[in-house]
Amino acid sequence: MATMVTIPEKTHPGPSRWWAVVHWNLSRALIVTRREVIDMFRDWRIIAPIILLTIIFPFIANWGAGRMVSWVTQYGAEVVGERLIPFLLMVVGFFPISFSLIIALESFVGEKERHSLEPLLSSPLTNLQLYIGKTLSSTMPPFLGSLLGITVYLVGVYFNVGWIPPFTLLVQVILLTIVHALVMVSGAVVISTQATSVRAANLLASFIIIPMSFLIQAEALIMFWAQYNVLWWLLLGMVLVNVVLVRMGTRIFNREHLLGREIDELNLIASLRRWWKLTLARRRPEDQRRSALRWYRDEVLAAVWRMRGGVLVAAAGMLASYFIGVRYADIFRIPPEAFVVDDWYTRFASLLVDAGLHGLQGVLLVLYQNVRVLFLASAFGVFTFGVLTVLILMLPIALVGYLTSQMAVAGMNPALLVAALLPHSVIEIPAAIIAGAAAIRLGASVIAPPPGKTVGEGWLTALADATRVWWCLVLPLLLIAAVVEVFLTPTVLLWIAGG
Amino acid sequence: MIETVGLTKHFDEFVAVQDVTLSVQPGEVLALLGPNGAGKTTTVRMLTSILEPTSGEAHVAGFNVATQRDEVRARVGVLTENHGLYLRMKGHEYLRFYGELYGIGQEVSARRAHDLAGRFGLADALGRRLGEYSKGMRQKLALVRAMMHDPPVLLLDEPTSAMDPHSARQVRDAIHGLRGDGRTIILCTHNLPEAEELADRIAIISRGRIIARGTPLELKARLLGPPLLELRLGEPLNGLAENIKDLVDVDSQGHNWLRFRAADPGQTNPAILRRLAEQGIPVVTLSEVPRSLEQVYLRVVSESGAPQPVEAK
Repeated sequence: MATMVTIPEKTHPGPSRWWAVVHWNLSRALIVTRREVIDMFRDWRIIAPIILLTIIFPFIANWGAGRMVSWVTQYGAEVVGERLIPFLLMVVGFFPISFSLIIALESFVGEKERHSLEPLLSSPLTNLQLYIGKTLSSTMPPFLGSLLGITVYLVGVYFNVGWIPPFTLLVQVILLTIVHALVMVSGAVVISTQATSVRAANLLASFIIIPMSFLIQAEALIMFWAQYNVLWWLLLGMVLVNVVLVRMGTRIFNREHLLGREIDELNLIASLRRWWKLTLARRRPEDQRRSALRWYRDEVLAAVWRMRGGVLVAAAGMLASYFIGVRYADIFRIPPEAFVVDDWYTRFASLLVDAGLHGLQGVLLVLYQNVRVLFLASAFGVFTFGVLTVLILMLPIALVGYLTSQMAVAGMNPALLVAALLPHSVIEIPAAIIAGAAAIRLGASVIAPPPGKTVGEGWLTALADATRVWWCLVLPLLLIAAVVEVFLTPTVLLWIAGG
Repeated sequence: MIETVGLTKHFDEFVAVQDVTLSVQPGEVLALLGPNGAGKTTTVRMLTSILEPTSGEAHVAGFNVATQRDEVRARVGVLTENHGLYLRMKGHEYLRFYGELYGIGQEVSARRAHDLAGRFGLADALGRRLGEYSKGMRQKLALVRAMMHDPPVLLLDEPTSAMDPHSARQVRDAIHGLRGDGRTIILCTHNLPEAEELADRIAIISRGRIIARGTPLELKARLLGPPLLELRLGEPLNGLAENIKDLVDVDSQGHNWLRFRAADPGQTNPAILRRLAEQGIPVVTLSEVPRSLEQVYLRVVSESGAPQPVEAK
């Protein structure tokens, strides 16, 4: 009776199945894309600005570039003009792309407000097909406008000042345009699936606009600096960000929440209560009868086990950073004479007193410093999916690698540095790794909440785990490390130094 | 067909649907009635695999709504409460789009769109933008959309809302036709006469629970008591009530009429007519006083604090 959609897993066994599935998903996504693009071209409020920006702005940029080159040449500052032209190429490509953000922001929540979303969600379209379809429809028209704008600009600049971009630069600008669009659209689609109104989505768009504006300014600096190789690293970073955002978007896409949520409510008191309950981990009546040791094993050590992925990432990052430090020691050398300090060990004890690193005061100072760094690293990690946490953890280890290598080159005994660090590091580094893992898991919980949980629920669960691990493992370890660092490490160092 | 067993849906602490057990066979129309916020839309969304049940099970066209979502959606046609049309699209474009989503080829899609639109008087309007359609036309086109892929199951939410009587008649006739084709239909409506006309069975839902179910006749008999009959004479009663009190209990009376309840009209009415004929009393009419589904509904919903659902046997 009914005409059914055939699913290729059932019709294409064997190796051809993968391609059949990709083709099937893409072809069905393109049904949505086609409809949206045609609909877009029927809305003059979208098309008119894209056309204006695509055609008129490149002329303005071209005219401005020509005038600037003439003016700066009078003062022998041709380099300003030379750098401005490629920079304007990038700007001309970016402006039409900025529309993709607006289109993507209302891709889901706009349909919900117009009540056209439920029939779409009731169709056999899968979540992935719907997601890809909407993403492509938000990206393609602005991207085509951007290419047209770049073409108009290049033709104008060629006839005006005779400039032809190097092929590599042109490829970089086009790729940057694509990834700009994809990053903004991926982020906007995530917002659109989570917001309850177009107004809320537009307000949340600042989470995309502000980082993108910083990024554009960074790219502008690079263009004026003419260090175009750095653009490849930027491209790589943005591709990774896009992968994360797409994964996050597909993972948290939920038809039920999309249709069901009408009002945004942030009940802080209820959230705090929930967080506290999760931290104490009293899920069932029998949990309240557990011994402290049992609770510690079940809820603290088990939480560390759950973070094992983050532990591996943090540990691998820190290990890699040691060798990065060693590598940079070859590039940025410290003169060997800077390492020679006569009789340093006679003044060592007074140096410690001067720095406040003695007695209980010293312990508290070291503890405060370590807790502050790890806490800030964790806090930054929340907003960067854990990336900044890893980078901050890597810095001191990179420094150790750098100094160790420099000391070896200067003919000093690197064991001195090891002795200065090892006694407390064997406790401090695992604490840092665990704290880093907790932050990575907290950041990752936003990208991929556990199945069946919303982003908020997954985040609260990860926060509760992080709280437990901090109070019951990280802080005690840091305290012990601080005691060792103040009372034991100086003794070991002096003993090694023969003082 | 549609089978649900203990279907339940919680939204955090709020229980939207609790323990709903339904069975709708092919060729049957079930009308799902209930006040606003009773759980009708939530139930329908679970049956279209948009919402995942918190507990319980539901099978639509032989597929599990929780584990075989794509299969369920391919076999269900949904008319949502809001028509949800893309107003900048033309009618035929819109239907072709949904035809593609449901895997229908362009030729078949165009033919089916034309046939279905023609059934509702929309064939000439397919070339116009949906933004130019009246409310009733949009509703009809949304119904055509729900039927484009020839689904064995139809879930219709207020199919005749915003329609003029002629259009509403067309839609009701179409639903009769769909039932005749062996489709399984759930109809959510506040239009009780429509429900009574179209539905084979009624389920009344309130605060997430089914509180009454059965055929319209069964529900009336169970909840409103035996049928109320009215006897009209060609002359004043002249003590007729006393005359027939051995046969029936008179409920009310007037100058030349009286009303009575009869548990078994097939036995009672002939006896009354015989006696009146023997006495030469002219009878104008003996007929059942119409009882509406509205009376059933209002009675059931006002008593919906009752712990047990009222089952019509």
